[in-house]
Amino acid sequence: MAAIKIEGLGKVYPGDIRAVQDINLDIADGEFIVLVGPSGCGKSTLLRMVAGLETITEGELSIGNKVVNQLEPAERDIAMVFQNYALYPHMTVYKNLAYGLKNRGFSQQDIDERVQNTAKMLEINPFLDRKPRALSGGQRQRVAMGRALVREPAAFLLDEPLSNLDAKLRVQMRVEIKQLQRRLKTTSLYVTHDQLEAMTLGDRLVVLNQGRIEQVGSPMDVYHRPETLFVAEFIGSPSMNIVRASTFANKDNQEAVKQLPEGTDVIGVRPDTVVFEKPAEPHLSFDCEVKLFEPAGAESHLYLHLLPDRQAFTMRVEENTAVAEGGKIMVYAPLSVLHPFNEASGRRTD
Amino acid sequence: MQTKRMTFSHNWLPYLLLAPQIIITVIFFIWPASQALYQSVLRQDAFGFRTEFVWFQNFQRLFEDDLYLNSMQVTLVFSVGTTLLSMSVALLFAVMVNKMIRSRDTYTTFLVWPYAVAPAIAGVLWWFIFNPSIGILPYMLDMVGINWNHRRNSDQAMLLVIIAAAWKQISYNFLFFLAGLQSVPNSLIEAAAIDGAKRFKRFWTIVFPLLSPITFFLLVVNIVYAMFDTFGVIHATTEGGPSQATNILVYKVYRDGFVGMNLGSSAAQSVILMSIVIVLTVIQFRYIERRVNY
Repeated sequence: MAAIKIEGLGKVYPGDIRAVQDINLDIADGEFIVLVGPSGCGKSTLLRMVAGLETITEGELSIGNKVVNQLEPAERDIAMVFQNYALYPHMTVYKNLAYGLKNRGFSQQDIDERVQNTAKMLEINPFLDRKPRALSGGQRQRVAMGRALVREPAAFLLDEPLSNLDAKLRVQMRVEIKQLQRRLKTTSLYVTHDQLEAMTLGDRLVVLNQGRIEQVGSPMDVYHRPETLFVAEFIGSPSMNIVRASTFANKDNQEAVKQLPEGTDVIGVRPDTVVFEKPAEPHLSFDCEVKLFEPAGAESHLYLHLLPDRQAFTMRVEENTAVAEGGKIMVYAPLSVLHPFNEASGRRTD
Repeated sequence: MQTKRMTFSHNWLPYLLLAPQIIITVIFFIWPASQALYQSVLRQDAFGFRTEFVWFQNFQRLFEDDLYLNSMQVTLVFSVGTTLLSMSVALLFAVMVNKMIRSRDTYTTFLVWPYAVAPAIAGVLWWFIFNPSIGILPYMLDMVGINWNHRRNSDQAMLLVIIAAAWKQISYNFLFFLAGLQSVPNSLIEAAAIDGAKRFKRFWTIVFPLLSPITFFLLVVNIVYAMFDTFGVIHATTEGGPSQATNILVYKVYRDGFVGMNLGSSAAQSVILMSIVIVLTVIQFRYIERRVNY
């Protein structure tokens, strides 16, 4: 168990290619941090730098008050779960779990005790004598988790551990990982590109884009108050509607925009804050054509085109909403729930 | 494995397609092999005037012949030596080349080149390099006080033929090992590194076991090579000498048959050689393959 401190961390590849730059992050002991971002944003590189699998070219990394920049992966007291699990195919599950302990010189009795306990906790004890290829995807995932848990490391690093599972299993394992982490209180760094995983798992999210941190915060903070235009579009499903103020044709809207903070030229509207009835408070109104009604059980979505410039616009509606596809309607969004941004800086203006 | 069932438009078509391979096998293997089997129970006089049916006397005499038993021993040392040398050096090269990034292809090309050299040419090459009077190696060894003369020293002669026979095979083994190493997922090695295994340990506990199917395949191929295909190497370097020290079974077959004109004994020897290789291969498949992880 340990806190992780990342100061000015950067990775420069030959040819001045900056995969990751200027990362500052304080991870408290026992915290569950999720690194999230689109592919190529540097999240995996950052994780691998913490693991010691990539060299650190800039900045300083400390695990438990000790600078570990120059330490080998094994000396950093971390455990990693790989996307493809990386189980040793020629060893039984038992030996897979015991390998790391054996290398660290644990006694045979100690190894056996730990392996049995971990296997019981993850319910993989019936498979201890099997080789990985005789296991299902979910079981392999558990073994991979087990190999990380069995050593009781200072920190867990998880690199998209659920992306090879089918949808149902993924949800199940997500819940289990969360419960496990709560119980063990081990500092964890979890990489994913799936924002639902990110929202549900993390104590805090770190949203990365092009090798830089866009925003750090609790999932709800990031959702309700995205600091940058990138975060606003990336977090939330369906994603936030982004409308340029310059496209507003009607007078009321132009007046309303003036009430928003100075410099606002782009407005973000979450699909679930759009309403049919005209609100009493100050608001924006949108003249739309209905393109498609998409009922999806718990929540249904209405895909609209803003008039006159036919920009796509999404809103969340009730299942029994009566709208005719192709018809014209008026929808509203109160100013209080809007996200005002400046397009040039990409930052929030309020 | 599920195989797709083919249907042909004519009944004779599949046989026609198989014919070239069958004809080659019959002409170059089945026919000579049965000739050898037939010859091995005959005895001919040196001029070929009289042929006598002698049952298994040829075999019986061979196993009573000290020279033949010696040749078996020599073959054992030679095959094991050649296989071990060529496989271990090839593995070492493959591991080293696999670590390279930019120059990997260049090194691979150079390391594969020896395989394109004909065995007789390679033999002559070694003959020159190791030649006790004009060779460069004995000259250099002399400077460090080692007297090299494989024409008199039987251990040196054995060393020479092992090196010469292994040299060519290194290229072949290298290619297979390199391909095997490249198919080991990097994440396994990283996982082992995090699991606290040092470089050397990672290799022997993770990488090497994953190479076992390839190692097994190469073991079979190399032993068969050392027993059958090394005639050219021996013929160009030591010619079985000195005093039978490098007279391996396959070379003795040639010497007794075509130089000594004892066709019956030569045929019996090739039958024995054939059975040895068959038995060895069966043993390898039955006992070693079990420990292989595919």
